Amino acid sequence: MSSVDFLIQGIIKALELIFSINPYILSITGVSIKVSGTATILSTLTAIPLAFAISFMHFRGKQGLITLVNTGMGLPPVFVGLFVFLMIVPVGPLGFLNIVYTREAMILAQYILITPIITGISLSAIKAVPRSIIETVHTLGGTQQDAVIETLKEARFGIITAVLAGLGRALAEVGAILIVGGNIARTGSVGGIGEGLSETRTLTTAITSETSKGDISTSIALGIILICLVLGVNILANFFQRRE
Amino acid sequence: MEELIRIESLQKVFGEKEVLRNIDLTILQGEIFAFIGPSGAGKTTLLRILNFFEIPEKGTIKFMGINPEVINIRRRMSLLFQTPAIFNNSVFENVAYGLKVRGIDKKIIEKKVGDALNIVGLPGMEKQNARTLSGGEAQRMAFARAIVYDPQILLLDEPTANLDPANVMKIEEIIKRIRNERTTTIVLATHNIPQVRRIADRVGILLNGELIEVNSKEGIFSKPKDARSEAFINGEMIY
Ligand SMILES: Nc1ncnc2c1ncn2[C@@H]1O[C@H](COP(=O)(O)OP(=O)(O)OP(=O)(O)O)[C@@H](O)[C@H]1O
Ligand SMILES: [Mg+2]
Repeated sequence: MSSVDFLIQGIIKALELIFSINPYILSITGVSIKVSGTATILSTLTAIPLAFAISFMHFRGKQGLITLVNTGMGLPPVFVGLFVFLMIVPVGPLGFLNIVYTREAMILAQYILITPIITGISLSAIKAVPRSIIETVHTLGGTQQDAVIETLKEARFGIITAVLAGLGRALAEVGAILIVGGNIARTGSVGGIGEGLSETRTLTTAITSETSKGDISTSIALGIILICLVLGVNILANFFQRRE
Repeated sequence: MEELIRIESLQKVFGEKEVLRNIDLTILQGEIFAFIGPSGAGKTTLLRILNFFEIPEKGTIKFMGINPEVINIRRRMSLLFQTPAIFNNSVFENVAYGLKVRGIDKKIIEKKVGDALNIVGLPGMEKQNARTLSGGEAQRMAFARAIVYDPQILLLDEPTANLDPANVMKIEEIIKRIRNERTTTIVLATHNIPQVRRIADRVGILLNGELIEVNSKEGIFSKPKDARSEAFINGEMIY
């Protein structure tokens, strides 16, 4: 078999797996979306209030927080994975949670990974709102709260872009969830192609393991789905960026 | 007329630059007071101080008969910025803003916004996105937004700078009308000397951060107290 045939075979098999709605692949996709989606929601709930607090309030340690956010934006996922792993192992400070190799641990790791990203991008979106908009709110009799609301409206597309950037990053990330989630799947009785169900296996971690196992068609199928998701998120982000 | 605002030995410094120096001034209830002076004299800065956007280094400002809390004083006034900022929303939402934050009833808001737009010559424009207005329309919309909630003190920073002569006349008419009908006190900053002649009651001449003369309009145009005032008014000032 030539390498081209090999590739074509793999792609055909992959498409079969996708369009037959293979339960194994479906469950992996489900875990990816659930973990990264939950992490993104939790991060958003933290990041947006944080970005507004940094932009509108004076408090001690604010400069330190900004530095933390900026540093956090560039953290390598494997480092976050290792850090979270050390926190949640039985002897670690969060050992009592008992979440090693669970989706909760993966959510926690991705939360730590993307909260700074969403905060940082939201901060620049808020900063881009002209000072004169806030002054107009005040001169027309608005309160600080009104100023926050008006800023949120002005910066909304930038903030949506921030959230989507976080989601994209979470979906594509592999290092952190591999360490804390363990890439676990219940294998099928036969253990053949496309059998089993994901526990903590995501699109990215599954691609690493399926490829090293030599199951190219499953890898390609997972890769196609991953690219579609990430592309979809990016297209959406682009759309909102252009609305600004 | 009664005193409304009293400014005493006010100083404002930006970095190394003393932008306002030793300003003493009383503004009276219901008058149109105009600051004139060349570009960079400190007119905008003074209006911004009156609206609490800048904190002076020295001096005091008293607002007579108004609860001294900032939000209370602010809610009795309105500053029309030299370059108005426009909310990314409809004309209606822009003009209605000051009413909405005051919790006014929806029906009344609709009526007042309609009236205000009529006054500035933008009737029926409620639905248009305000960011698509022309420069002059935007300026007039901002004017409507500033007057819609009947502020007791109206601070106007170059309110006609971007307008054509017909609209300049219209806005000047409104300014006079508001003063007469609503007994609003109007503080105006401008370098338009003919405009001052047309609408002001009293005039203060600002030069390099110094209030060199405060006089009635008649006084300033017929017998100015300061030679520099005379030079500025006659357009002979070199700066
Ligand atoms: N935030 C600021 N920081 C530093 N300098 C400032 C600031 N605001 C104003 N200035 C300076 O203060 C001086 C007075 O400015 P201001 O805007 O009050 O002048 P103006 O009389 O309104 O002029 P114009 O007629 O051109 O509007 C100017 O020299 C300006 O550069
Ligand atoms: Mg000015």
